[in-house]
Amino acid sequence: MDVLYFAWVRERIGLPKETVTTDAETVAGLVAELRAREDRYDLAFSDLSALRVAVDQELTDFDASIKGAREVAFFPPMTGG
Amino acid sequence: MRVVVQDTPFDFGAEAEAFANGRHDMGAIVTFTGVVRDFGNGGLDAMEIEHYPGMTQKALEAIAAEAVTRWSLGDVLVIHRYGRMEPGEKIMMVATAAPHRKDAFEAAEYLMDYLKSRAPFWKKEHATTGETNWVAAKDEDEDALTRW
Repeated sequence: MDVLYFAWVRERIGLPKETVTTDAETVAGLVAELRAREDRYDLAFSDLSALRVAVDQELTDFDASIKGAREVAFFPPMTGG
Repeated sequence: MRVVVQDTPFDFGAEAEAFANGRHDMGAIVTFTGVVRDFGNGGLDAMEIEHYPGMTQKALEAIAAEAVTRWSLGDVLVIHRYGRMEPGEKIMMVATAAPHRKDAFEAAEYLMDYLKSRAPFWKKEHATTGETNWVAAKDEDEDALTRW
């Protein structure tokens, strides 16, 4: 699946998008795998209350299933308007 | 209902006029436009707005569609820019048309509250000093959603 990062999450991890192969069943499981990779991921995901997630472009929460998902995106709370 | 996401400036006057024109059954047109605001000391060089292509349009359309189900509206317009903007530039606008003003005002406020916290845009300030800062979401913006 594609994993996308926006705003400071993108800057902290250092890339906007990557393709990830995972057996994780939930967003939280995917986050745990990413955090175990490298410090920059661990740092970006250290406070989940400061992050929001979208699965297949729909806002959801960290308990959500990612089974069959094509795209998971992580970003800070939105500041439009 | 029209939802536009674009990087180029829009003509607020022309958009508002076009939206208001030719309606014979709408007694109220409300417009709101958001403008890049300087820090107050000339210290803001530019505001950069990042968005999530693909999700942005859908999220805004869903918010506008929800407004149409909640209020008696004849039409809704949402325009939101992304990219780099200088102080004084218009970031976005919403317009609502309704038979009566209460619906038009409330729906416009609803659209603003939701697109501030539920549409995937992120603002980054570029100061004249060269420093940059991602604008943090405010608790009050999230709290504003609970009134609807």
